[in-house]
Amino acid sequence: MNWSVLVVLAAAFALNVPAANPPKSAECLTCHDDKSASFHSSVHGSFSCTDCHNSIQGYPHPEKVAKVKCDTCHNDPVSGVTASAHASASAQACQGCHGDAHGILPASDPKSSTYPSNLPRTCGACHGDTKFAKQHKISEVYSMYMDSIHGFALTKDGLLVAASCSSCHGSHKILSKSDPASKTNRANIAETCGKCHAGPKQDYMAGIHGQGASVGNTLAPVCTNCHTSHQIASVRTAAWQMKTTATCGGCHQEKLETYRDTFHAQVSSLGYIETARCWDCHGFHDIRPATDRKSSIAKANLEVTCGKCHNGVTKSFISYQPHADKHNRHDYPLLWTSSIFMNMLLASVLGFFALHTLLWLMRSLSERRKSSPTEGEIR
Amino acid sequence: MKYDDVTTIGRPDAASDGVPARHDEGARYYQRFSVPQRFLHGFLAVTFLGLATTGLTLRFSTEAWATALSRAVGGFGTVLFFHLFSAVVLTIAFLIHVGNLIYRIVAKKEYGLVWGSSSMVPNLKDIKDFIQQMKWFFWRGSKPKFDRYAYWDKVDYWAVFWGMAIIGFSGYAMWFAPFFARFIPGSWLNIALLIHGEEAILAVGFIFTIHFFNTHLRPDNFPMDMVIFNGRQSEEELKHRHPEEYKRLVETGELEKLRVEAPPRWLQNFGRAFGTTAILIGFVFLSLMIVAFVKE
Repeated sequence: MNWSVLVVLAAAFALNVPAANPPKSAECLTCHDDKSASFHSSVHGSFSCTDCHNSIQGYPHPEKVAKVKCDTCHNDPVSGVTASAHASASAQACQGCHGDAHGILPASDPKSSTYPSNLPRTCGACHGDTKFAKQHKISEVYSMYMDSIHGFALTKDGLLVAASCSSCHGSHKILSKSDPASKTNRANIAETCGKCHAGPKQDYMAGIHGQGASVGNTLAPVCTNCHTSHQIASVRTAAWQMKTTATCGGCHQEKLETYRDTFHAQVSSLGYIETARCWDCHGFHDIRPATDRKSSIAKANLEVTCGKCHNGVTKSFISYQPHADKHNRHDYPLLWTSSIFMNMLLASVLGFFALHTLLWLMRSLSERRKSSPTEGEIR
Repeated sequence: MKYDDVTTIGRPDAASDGVPARHDEGARYYQRFSVPQRFLHGFLAVTFLGLATTGLTLRFSTEAWATALSRAVGGFGTVLFFHLFSAVVLTIAFLIHVGNLIYRIVAKKEYGLVWGSSSMVPNLKDIKDFIQQMKWFFWRGSKPKFDRYAYWDKVDYWAVFWGMAIIGFSGYAMWFAPFFARFIPGSWLNIALLIHGEEAILAVGFIFTIHFFNTHLRPDNFPMDMVIFNGRQSEEELKHRHPEEYKRLVETGELEKLRVEAPPRWLQNFGRAFGTTAILIGFVFLSLMIVAFVKE
């Protein structure tokens, strides 16, 4: 509890003194006994009833009493919610997440609905409901999150440092990602993820993607473009690694096409994860263009890069083209010529013998028909 | 008797026990292929199927059947292992064959292997036979009188040499890429894969259609020519298919030296099972390949 709360409480108390005697908590409990058990162990347990229900000035009190205003004390959180994407739900916004008003526990209490490992279920009450998601035109993110590396670490392994909902979205002033001020807005994603993933963030910012995104290039990917937002998987799983080529290829379509023609791609799609895929050569967070001296695909560094997998790499070996395009006559004239030659060879050899075979078949069949005595009679 | 009249003599008529008349216990049989030659074909067939099935899996690796097959055998590692293993076995068989040829030609001076009527080397008669065959196709003449090997037999034979040179060399270049890159530019490895794949598709397309038809499935031989499996042919078959050779063998009196027992039943059955399996595998992968090509 901070000073401002105390001041507000003191002020409220001072203001209330001249008025009629507010009832003591014990008096309230003669009727409202059902509230006592959870309330005393709650974060507000040391308060008396009228601290919050301050419209009640004596007994008996009117049937209808004013709603408790949490912002009397919790001004910042409430104004945050009011300005947030949850503003429309603000009628019961506090209790929606914090639970029953009389049993609110501090977020540090493992039983609290806002304790990190309980938070996904709390948020999932709405965001895990497909009907709700459809109605609000948002994705049902709860199940995605729970199967992610974050969800798994937090809720199964009990790692409190793993990202929970509020780690990325904030807690009270949750804004739609389309809002520039949102922690999940494109422009702020690197910052948000970088709070925990400082190393990758530093690398990313040094790479061409980070450089592009930081000057507002909307084509440059941010963390979530490659890792997704809620379904983030461990990059060490084979399943995830198998998908990376398609992920990069989502933007680099031409490069994906030319990669597909190579042996690397062929064995990769058969599930051989040791083979070279995009990031094995290009790196991942600090991807740099070949013109950058620090790039793993800069000509001076190719022997090292290729040498990660291939023993005995030489200057000649690195002239291999991992993105050769047999249709590109200008850049790969020898390959183009070979391709044309092979196509002609295949067409002529197979075409010639197909014709030969067909003629042979027709001739043989007619020969047999002619010499077959039974069919001969029919004729 | 005109040749055309002879063509139907050796034609199989289903006998009551399901054994074609070609396998006539009473007929005289003559040796055509020695045991090592039959084994060579066997090794060639098995390793070719091994290379083709694993190679097509690699070439069309984005196809569902390719990934399923790869997973079924335990992953890409197994696929590549069998590809390389088959390649090595085939290379050894090929080298033994070539070594044996050189030994017989150089040391034993069997010059008939290089030229002569039973040589695999193409000669003028092959061109004449081919032209005659064309005439026969178009009803402009009688069937050519082939010697020991018809021109398509020679095409089949030399295709292996061509394939070994092109596919084999490009394959080994990729297998030992850093080593080969000492002698050739690394960018040629791109060409190596292109040529390896295209040439392999040519080989697969050729063997699984043209070779299968020419030697096994064509009406005169249907469903398959057993001679490569049991090594023997009946007198009728020899007369019918290799009239020139038959004539020569009779004239030189060599024919009776080649006389052998009728092929035993187990060998017939083994040959049929082997041949049928090979043809079925071939057709399955041929169809998969064609479908994948059309989709590309």
